[in-house]
Amino acid sequence: MTKPKIAVWKFASCDGCQLTLLDCEDELLDIADSVEIAHFLEATRTTVEGPYDISLVEGSVTTAHDAERIQEIRAQSKTLITIGACATSGGIQALRNFADVKAFTSTVYAHPEYIKTLKTSTAIADHVDVDFELRGCPISKAQLLELLTATLAGRKPHVPRVSQCVECKLAGTVCVMVAKGELCLGPVTQAGCGNLCPSHGRGCYGCFGPMENTNIAALAAQLRTLGAETPEIKDLFLSYNAAAPDFSKGGQTP
Amino acid sequence: MLVDHFIADGWRVIGPRAANGAIVYEPLRSGADLPKGLIDDQQPGSYRLTDGNPNRWFDYVVGPQNWKKWLFPAKQKLWSAEKTTDGFTVTAHEESYPKTVLFGVRPCDLSAIEILDSVFDNGDFTDTAYRERRQKTFIVTVQCARAASTCFCTSMRTGPRAKRGFDLALTELGESRDNAFLVESGSPDGDNVLTALDCPAPEKQHHDAAEKATQNAINDQSCHMPDDIRHLLRDNPEHPQWDDVADRCLSCANCTLACPTCFCSDVEDINDLSGDHTERWRSWDSCFSGAFSYIHGGSVRRSTKSRYRQWMTHKLSSWHDQFGTSGCVGCGRCIAWCPVGIDITAEAAVFAKDEE
Repeated sequence: MTKPKIAVWKFASCDGCQLTLLDCEDELLDIADSVEIAHFLEATRTTVEGPYDISLVEGSVTTAHDAERIQEIRAQSKTLITIGACATSGGIQALRNFADVKAFTSTVYAHPEYIKTLKTSTAIADHVDVDFELRGCPISKAQLLELLTATLAGRKPHVPRVSQCVECKLAGTVCVMVAKGELCLGPVTQAGCGNLCPSHGRGCYGCFGPMENTNIAALAAQLRTLGAETPEIKDLFLSYNAAAPDFSKGGQTP
Repeated sequence: MLVDHFIADGWRVIGPRAANGAIVYEPLRSGADLPKGLIDDQQPGSYRLTDGNPNRWFDYVVGPQNWKKWLFPAKQKLWSAEKTTDGFTVTAHEESYPKTVLFGVRPCDLSAIEILDSVFDNGDFTDTAYRERRQKTFIVTVQCARAASTCFCTSMRTGPRAKRGFDLALTELGESRDNAFLVESGSPDGDNVLTALDCPAPEKQHHDAAEKATQNAINDQSCHMPDDIRHLLRDNPEHPQWDDVADRCLSCANCTLACPTCFCSDVEDINDLSGDHTERWRSWDSCFSGAFSYIHGGSVRRSTKSRYRQWMTHKLSSWHDQFGTSGCVGCGRCIAWCPVGIDITAEAAVFAKDEE
């Protein structure tokens, strides 16, 4: 039996999610045994032409070139999986969607005329059909392994869309919002990070994006009760997943 | 003291400890781990530990965790399977649950364990792993001498004084440094420990002081559950209050996971990359998730309204039909640990008021 061909693609991103794949260390040899890595520039210069059985796509679409390239990748891929906040919601760079990108480029670059960029940073699913979106900034190694394993086995991955609170409660973590009054996005954020911030006494930053059934207005009202002012509430929602529709709603908190 | 007696006798003792701003139930190394002198201020959506009378051992009441995590773990492996040349072999997971003392179980939580017993070991159905854990468990109850503002055990008739279900029950008497405890036995195992401890027999003054402590915990309670809530909820599935609470509810599942009687679980099969090794795991689930009611084609309960109604109606009404009791013990965890402070007794009061 020939091994499934897997390709890893980068768009606008920090490469952290691709690093999570390389970070699989113990399991990496098993992965390499199970698939043919046909295109993964972060790991090897050697590439194999398409079509591909599985494409993992990191990053968001921020240039006209990106928008064309993702169409080609989709056409070459049997299964297309997006990995990370950039690919699933536009990432931190989607803050430009709420501002004037020209003002940014002229502030940041000495020669803004060299910069050819779109006015928005958008998720891959805004451009092509996506078979599965793996959340996180960065993605979780355990969820990535589960997703790859499930995809290779032809079964549904176990990636629950429940709140971060579920992870806290299963781990026995004391709720930082209730016990300390910390500002926390956990009740509207999808689980998966491994309970990272609350288990260290901090509120959730929403790295895994909105959960399946959010109530943004009710959480924003409670954050206000805990003492947060409107700018602080907006900043909390407008970060790694700013352009995820539910979180951008939080960014419009009056 | 008693904790050290059990540890010296080879028991694992799980009891209250202060950690991360709350009382949690974790293994104790000695009686010195007990959070003496602390008191909890609990409000809807808020919990703070503060200093109380430094001489008192048990003035805090229930914490964010509950005892079910030891009897019905949040995640448990059920079995594993290996591929063989001509099929596969299945190996049941053997867990090692040492003989364990649950120390400091409050009367409401004792009732919750009784409810879990009726769910997991009820004659028609037995979860064998649960039964084994229960058989190896010795329960030391602490009778409450105060209540938090979220407590409503009196209206659920589960406290503040337990009369049965424990092996030993302690009531803390007095405010002074050398304050005494009334120790009562509720089982032959409890009798044996009492004999070994060789305590002086209690006198009338001790029973009177215990009675006073109980009365104090009754007087403290300001939350109440309406008596006829079972029928009120059953008869009002279209009440406008369900929309009202859905506007506030985050459907985050905290209430169900903090609840000492919510027992729902999810079962997942996980294989490794080679496909040669598979495991089946069971983990806590919640009726507040969409996946919980997923059947062919989609989730049955898509709205927050339908999920909250399912939870509250099951807990307070259809639980009676299913198990013969209410599913609520009045511990108040769902009130304090709701991030937006939804108070189940206040919601219930709206149904009661509209019925008048």
